[in-house]
Amino acid sequence: MTAVDVASRAPAQGLRGERATALSLGVVVGYLSVVVALPMAALVSASAADGWSGFREVVTSPQATAALQLSFGAALAVALVNGLIGTLIAWVLVRDEFRGKRLVDAVIDLPFALPTIVAGLVLLALYGPASPVGVDVAFTRTAVVLALLFVTLPFVVRTVQPVLRELDREMEEAARSLGASGLATFRRIVLPNILPGILSGVALAFARAIGEIGALVVISGSLPFRTEVASVYVLARIESGDQAGAAAVAVVLLAVSFLVILGIGAVRRLTTRHEAAVRP
Amino acid sequence: MRNVTTLERSAGRHALRGIALVYLVAVLVGPLALVFGRTFEDGVAPAWNALTTPETLHAFRLTLVVTAIAVPLNTVFGVVCGLLIVRHRFSGKGFLNAFVDLPLALSPVVVGLSLFLLYGREGWFGAWLERHDVQVLFALPGMVLATLFVSLPFVCREVVPTLREIGDEQEQAARTLGANGLQTLRRITLPAIRWAIVYGVVLTAARCLGEYGAVAIVSGRVQGQTETATLRVDERYDSFDLRGAYAISLVLALLAVLVLIAMTVFQRREETA
Repeated sequence: MTAVDVASRAPAQGLRGERATALSLGVVVGYLSVVVALPMAALVSASAADGWSGFREVVTSPQATAALQLSFGAALAVALVNGLIGTLIAWVLVRDEFRGKRLVDAVIDLPFALPTIVAGLVLLALYGPASPVGVDVAFTRTAVVLALLFVTLPFVVRTVQPVLRELDREMEEAARSLGASGLATFRRIVLPNILPGILSGVALAFARAIGEIGALVVISGSLPFRTEVASVYVLARIESGDQAGAAAVAVVLLAVSFLVILGIGAVRRLTTRHEAAVRP
Repeated sequence: MRNVTTLERSAGRHALRGIALVYLVAVLVGPLALVFGRTFEDGVAPAWNALTTPETLHAFRLTLVVTAIAVPLNTVFGVVCGLLIVRHRFSGKGFLNAFVDLPLALSPVVVGLSLFLLYGREGWFGAWLERHDVQVLFALPGMVLATLFVSLPFVCREVVPTLREIGDEQEQAARTLGANGLQTLRRITLPAIRWAIVYGVVLTAARCLGEYGAVAIVSGRVQGQTETATLRVDERYDSFDLRGAYAISLVLALLAVLVLIAMTVFQRREETA
């Protein structure tokens, strides 16, 4: 390699880098357009076909409103329960030692791996009409919440666990030795550190719960005004040929998903900025 | 004094552990164990017969075909997208990030409906497709598109943090020593992120095998033709064939357990790598 080669390499590489960026950007945007963006655009345009008044008429119809309310209410309840129990499970998995802990740790991911329709069927076996423990909640709102708790279980655990594992325990020990109670230490030292993790987990669980369908078709019974959630309502509208009605409610779900994703992004940016400020 | 606090602490610890385990058994482990028992209530033969009907076998085969098409496509996309997000600078990165994450938060029903509105008879491409006699809906292409959508983010989301962590010093060294972009990718970058890719592939495959909502809409659910394994579970349940539904569920659950084992193994590799 001559000196000229070396000298000319730097700008050439910059150019090549730009070309690589353009090429992969083209591939990624093209793929995303076909798989994600085009279908989304078709959905939004279909929901706007009858104008704003048409859209509002569908979304505020009694059955759609009932379905949306149930979805939002159940998803909110499930997200909150997950915030508590998910944090607790993460805590036990990181700070506790017991036999079989690794197995329990692996089992947490089961709802990610298990098809949701199977999840619904499995819950129906234990908490349905033929329940061996005498608990029959099939086709009730309790069943809806139960199914959603099943499929959203891993979110908070898996976002809190890594943060908790990396957390410096010296601060906690210092707080304890200065006389803080266990609860005070948790609230003042641990919680502020794991809160961003809890929030993103809760947000993901909420989004997942509001869109869930597979686990619900079997166990909820899909009774209009009682156990019909928004996604099941959309499915029912499609099956009866009412695409405009389906599209209107689907767009509401799409908007919620986008808000959740943006919210998680904001939490992530806030925490990285915070970390950058703390660590010089 | 000290003894009292340790005693208190261990009591508290046991209480927490108890709550965690009871919750997991009630919501997760208990129901699964029960389905296992019910499937084999009358021995192995009835369960086996339920599994080996032509329609059920076809459903499993179709699920595997869709997965086999969707996983490689999303793997290549995930790696390219991860590299683009971490190693390149361009405007609109936040927007791209949001789009890649969207399938994680979006209802599969919405995905199915969108494809319906795009490729259906009255959809944007409907007339063109009909004129050229191309079947997307109620056929394999539609099912693959739905599956691609829902399983899109996993490889990318696994690759991005690993790429950030390893940094680009080795890549730059290789470039300085005269390797071209492709060589650097093949010899340096891909080996460094291989366990992240494998982990992402496992997650993607699990999502493909288990997809229900989106595929339910675009497939038309024709028995023996466009019915996947998860749709078959639903169909068996609706026809009051609980044993059949349980047997198929159990096979899918078994696959899920294999996925779990793979996840545990590869996650550990990734951490020690």
